[in-house]
Amino acid sequence: MIPDPVVLFFLLGIGARLARSDLKLPDALYETLSIYLLLAIGLKGGVELARQDLSALLPVAGTAFLLSALIPLIAFPLLRGPVRLPRADAASIAAHYGSVSVVTFAVAQSVLVRAGFDAPSEFAVLVAIMEAPGIVVGILLARVGAKASHSAKGVSWGTLLHDAIFGKAVYLLLGGLAIGALVGGDGLAPMMPVFGDLFRGVLALFLLEMGLVAGGRIGDLRRAGARLVVFALLAPLLFALLGLMAGLALGLGVGGTTLLAALCASASYIAAPAAMRVAVPEANPALSIGAALGVTFPFNVTVGIGIYLWVAQWLIG
Amino acid sequence: MEKHQRKLLVVITEAAIERLVIQDARRLGALGYTASAVRGGGLQGEREGAWEADRSVELKFVCAVDIADRIAAHMLAHFAPNYAMTIWLADVQVFRAEKF
Repeated sequence: MIPDPVVLFFLLGIGARLARSDLKLPDALYETLSIYLLLAIGLKGGVELARQDLSALLPVAGTAFLLSALIPLIAFPLLRGPVRLPRADAASIAAHYGSVSVVTFAVAQSVLVRAGFDAPSEFAVLVAIMEAPGIVVGILLARVGAKASHSAKGVSWGTLLHDAIFGKAVYLLLGGLAIGALVGGDGLAPMMPVFGDLFRGVLALFLLEMGLVAGGRIGDLRRAGARLVVFALLAPLLFALLGLMAGLALGLGVGGTTLLAALCASASYIAAPAAMRVAVPEANPALSIGAALGVTFPFNVTVGIGIYLWVAQWLIG
Repeated sequence: MEKHQRKLLVVITEAAIERLVIQDARRLGALGYTASAVRGGGLQGEREGAWEADRSVELKFVCAVDIADRIAAHMLAHFAPNYAMTIWLADVQVFRAEKF
């Protein structure tokens, strides 16, 4: 089977890093592309959301919320025990895995569509729901039983929650969802040349940039050690299994189950690093970013999502 | 033209804590600041600013000698142990003393 071109763009970015190419996307373009992706995913999801019976989506939303709070509680003892990390690092990494990656979600949608499955776009709301709970649990894990940190004592829960909810990712996703739901498919039609037709091309460009960023994290892995690398490869499989089971229990289709699994398997590299940096300063960001962006993200994008889809097909038939 | 002696305090650090650093500097007496996005490297590797969590910021504060010392001491005690942070001081002359 020919691989998804979007994934090939990601590999192109990693290759540029490995070959020490001078390829670099301007910062402003990266920002623009990420704003575009968040809005486009939100808008498309909003249109679908308005067509749906919301009460049917509620159990899925509730499950997604609980899963993203549960995942750090599973990751933390694994990181403390077998991976042998200090409390602060274990809590910070656990928060990264509890939170989600919107690009992994977008790639999962793309893989589903290419494979001929329905990729429920209203699941974009799950991305927004699953962004913050893992971060909150991670901060609690770091603070319970730890000595009060000097540098973090000025940071209140209010500020942290404000940044998690009104940070660019959740704000644009929810904003897009609201606008999409409000104006509906017909209202959005004049915008579709930008927010619909261009989507896959923009996603490809963004993944080229993500490849450059992820490739740049490979050096962190040497510092992280083999145990953390093994965790970063096994954790997405373990957490995807939770998502697959939940999808099966909720009676979701192959597409919905795969998306939920991909969200559970994904690790945040935007909201979580910013929040954990401020809330748990003593945690080494090279470890969490190295694991989330250097290992788990490439794993999910290149092989993980394919595996989750395959298992979902096998489970649901 | 009359000139006044002040200190320029430059703090280069992670963009994630820009707000906290500015808030503390203002509390300790800085009247203003200038911020710019930067990238660079040091003993512990590179900070390229490739995406959100990798951004660095350079903050400049021009203030009286004692205030600059106080802010620098606070930064070194509270932020430098856990964050990428480079700090230096320089003598500068300003024209409008009341601004600094």
